[in-house]
Amino acid sequence: MPEGTGSATGIGASVKRKEDFRFLTGRGTYTDDINRPGQTYAYILRSPHASADIVKIDSAKAAKAPGVVAILTGADYDKGGLPCGWQIHSKDGSPMIEPPHFPLCKDKVRHVGDQVALIIAETYAQARDAAELIDVSYKETKPIVSLADADKPGAAQVWPEAKNNTCFDWHIGDKAAVDAAFAKAAHVTKIDIVNQRLIPNAMEPRAAIGDFDRATGEFTLYTTSQNPHVIRLLMGAFVLQIPESKLRVVAPDVGGGFGSKIFHYAEEALVTWAAGKVERPVKWTSDRSEAFLTDAHGRDQINHAELAMDKDGKFLALRVNTKANMGAYLSTFAPCVPTYLSATLLAGVYSTPAIYAEVKAIFTNTAVVDAYRGAGRPETTYLLERLVEKAARETGIDRVEIRRKNFIPVDAFPYQTPVALQYDSGDYFSTLDMALKTADWAGIDKRKADSKAKGKLRGIGISTYLEACGIAPSAVVGSLGARAGLYETGQIRVHPTGSVTVFTGTHSHGQGHETTFAQLVSDGLGIPIENVEVSHGDTNKIPFGMGTYGSRSLAVGGSAIVKAMDKIITKSKRIAAHLMEASVADVEFKNGVFTVVGTDKSVPFGTVALTAYVPHNYPITELEPGLEETAFYDPLNFTFPGGCHICEVEVDPDTGTVEVLKFTAVDDIGRVINPMIAEGQIHGGVAQGIGQALLEAAAYDEESGQLLTGSYMDYTMPRADNIPNITVGNHVTLCTHNPLGAKGVGEVGAIGSPPAVINAVLDALLPLGVKDITMPASPHRVWQAIQTAKKAAE
Amino acid sequence: MHNFAFHRPTSVADAAKAIGAASDGKFVAGGQTLLPTLRQRLAEPSDMIDLSAIAELKGIKVEGDGITIGAATTHTEVANSADVKKTIPALAHLASLIGDHQVRQRGTIGGSIANNDPAADYPAAVLGLGATIRTNKREIKADDFFKGMFETDLAEGEIITAVHFPKPEKAGYEKFRQPASRFALVGVFVAKTGGGIRVAVTGAGPGVFRSKELEAALGGNFTADAAKGVKISANGLNGDLHGSPEYRASLVSTLAARATAAAS
Repeated sequence: MPEGTGSATGIGASVKRKEDFRFLTGRGTYTDDINRPGQTYAYILRSPHASADIVKIDSAKAAKAPGVVAILTGADYDKGGLPCGWQIHSKDGSPMIEPPHFPLCKDKVRHVGDQVALIIAETYAQARDAAELIDVSYKETKPIVSLADADKPGAAQVWPEAKNNTCFDWHIGDKAAVDAAFAKAAHVTKIDIVNQRLIPNAMEPRAAIGDFDRATGEFTLYTTSQNPHVIRLLMGAFVLQIPESKLRVVAPDVGGGFGSKIFHYAEEALVTWAAGKVERPVKWTSDRSEAFLTDAHGRDQINHAELAMDKDGKFLALRVNTKANMGAYLSTFAPCVPTYLSATLLAGVYSTPAIYAEVKAIFTNTAVVDAYRGAGRPETTYLLERLVEKAARETGIDRVEIRRKNFIPVDAFPYQTPVALQYDSGDYFSTLDMALKTADWAGIDKRKADSKAKGKLRGIGISTYLEACGIAPSAVVGSLGARAGLYETGQIRVHPTGSVTVFTGTHSHGQGHETTFAQLVSDGLGIPIENVEVSHGDTNKIPFGMGTYGSRSLAVGGSAIVKAMDKIITKSKRIAAHLMEASVADVEFKNGVFTVVGTDKSVPFGTVALTAYVPHNYPITELEPGLEETAFYDPLNFTFPGGCHICEVEVDPDTGTVEVLKFTAVDDIGRVINPMIAEGQIHGGVAQGIGQALLEAAAYDEESGQLLTGSYMDYTMPRADNIPNITVGNHVTLCTHNPLGAKGVGEVGAIGSPPAVINAVLDALLPLGVKDITMPASPHRVWQAIQTAKKAAE
Repeated sequence: MHNFAFHRPTSVADAAKAIGAASDGKFVAGGQTLLPTLRQRLAEPSDMIDLSAIAELKGIKVEGDGITIGAATTHTEVANSADVKKTIPALAHLASLIGDHQVRQRGTIGGSIANNDPAADYPAAVLGLGATIRTNKREIKADDFFKGMFETDLAEGEIITAVHFPKPEKAGYEKFRQPASRFALVGVFVAKTGGGIRVAVTGAGPGVFRSKELEAALGGNFTADAAKGVKISANGLNGDLHGSPEYRASLVSTLAARATAAAS
């Protein structure tokens, strides 16, 4: 792929989003906007208990309630359980414990919100009324909620087969090398981290409609998904045993995912199964309370880390011990988050020669935990950047210098880390220098003095991060436990008059693919962007693709589109050569026109397209008519975006309030197609990162297992007034192994920012003697930390 | 929500009749608490009596030594009222801090104090200014009106018609928001009145209360420093995810100091 033609709608142009008219004027079509003829409505009766045996379900009275079509329970459910898409093996070689996960509980409920009964009625209100008439007798048992305590002897057991609630006990790295390095270290810095559980809160709650056509025997599922083909594969093959040819999955407009809509959820299987049973469409729409209880949550790790250094502050080795909460069941990709998406990133931007990490995955009586924007990389980045900061404070080395001293040198790429990954490119010095300059790091002392004069405490914090996107290649991830391929598909259909439809296996739910991908094709084929439509989200239209997550869409999905476009151009050149009576080797394609080099002969792209479909003058004996090409792209490696985030805060010591004054993000995201969209992605990611650092936390009652933060009354979402103006910079090193040089932008904001914010808070509180704080640094927590430090100083 | 009979009377007398005839009736004014409760099926009234069409419950009047606000007057109307801003600026300021724009367009002063949410803003002003609550049956002094969490002196079926606020010499309100709900984690209303200093605290305890310690300290010396020096006991204060009793106690003096400094 060339660097782009510089056209106003091509690569590098901030084209306004094609999809915005539809979204901003309320004309989108979301799953809940779809209504099928004869549709019924489902309500799911959920467990009020965190752990209980289901003794009896009496639905006789409910079955006679007005409008009720069917009431289905675990006893009626005769299909498969929800599968896990990634298998981890423990240190001793044994496979992880995979308990069954039926979409309706059979004999036991394992978290508040677990599915107990499916009520189908003519209206949603009737289904809900009938649910109140179902009498479920439970025998409550003691739940285990605390991740810290769940693997201790005597803890209540979520699953009998998972001893000490342990799903797996995995490790990576060279333990002996790490132990040897620690033995000769001049200084060791240790840290304990709680990376708290978050609730994703996409603007659109989940929804699903199951439809069954008796005439054709075909099932259709409309669902709020980031990856409809993955849902078709998992649900069709493992849960309901419906062949792909009889199962269509449609993910229409989707209002935000952040990872929470990757996974195959019980409700998707239930409405599809039930539609076959009642032979009418069945619609389920989550309300916000259900979303809090049942969407897969994010993060929820506790880490202990130790860093060994020589006398000059050069990192010698890193040792990490992690416990990761899985919740009550294994969600689709849960096992890979704390392992291959966390521990393999422990080198970060540093040339630490020896690393060893142990990860235990733990079951608790809570909602499932799985990938959430950043998925494992925010946890690792937070751990590393808090640890490096602490090491600087302890050794007295300047906190920027200690980072610079340990960066992987610019000439060391490709760089093999001690934890499996090989980085292709990067330049951490440049992103650091740009960020320091943009944030006026050098002028902080004066600003601190200004704040002090007002009775406030100012602090500045830094994070130099690295992450991995576009998880691949398939053969490698397969050897690590992935039960799917991780390529992407792109299909280009050139229509007879030269307009183009692009079919992508990725899915846009806020990312702006309809614009970015159209820019790629407008640029590559030299046609107006208005003539390019991007189609996604319907398994009956699109070749098998893997969807959108892990910041993969441009690097992997965009590359597939480029490969398909290359095939289109190759074929078009042969048609053009025929039309111009020239040799193919002499035909050049530029800005939408085919020319014969050294002559004034030319044919526009539109004429070639028409000729392909009206092949009157056509090399028919050598070439098929038509102009449509498909490419499957399986990347050679992950991509490795990285950069530097700097945050400046002011703390009110009387109330503990933290105000974020400035945020600077200088990232290396590889080639940028649409700078405006890329910047928007960083803004959103940073807002979520500030949310984790200062505001958000899911809390369960340790005794009862009730979700204490089950609504916006107690779960603190970031709002506009919590977020400062964000200054975004970009220093590009190209990805060396994909045709676009793209690395990925969807998650960098959420990955790089939390430690920058917390390091800033700790810098502000340093004069008071505060050395640690747990996220979120809420006013209450900051005030408490100040009081504790004051007491200690007395 | 469940089904209910809906009534929209146009006079206080008809509203009183309607509630008397209902087996389990509820008044609804702005509906900012009741409607979410119904939607979550946490309440199941037989009848809803909507007070929004009763003209005599609306409006703001300068009256005698103070200002009278009809019970069905919205927070936005109070916040934007030139009369309130001139007579008791702290009251207009308080109304401007309630909820968000949408809540202030719907929520009413009568609804707020009849509900007496322990984290609501208005009870702090009503108690802090020593206001009088007028109902269709009587007048109730603020000191007698609030009876703890969600409890008031109102009898079954009694309707608040207006609240009369006497003009203070000076008053100020400072609110510290609970980060998620943005209700008052603690709110402190400070007033210097003809009858002495009144300090009302919302959010911190099971219901709005007067702080005798702060009133004593500010009585001798109406300054921020005098308030800041008062150590409030954490005993009996609320503790939850967003703040321990000790934190709330500390906020009470901090906010009292800031409210005193801002008083006008």
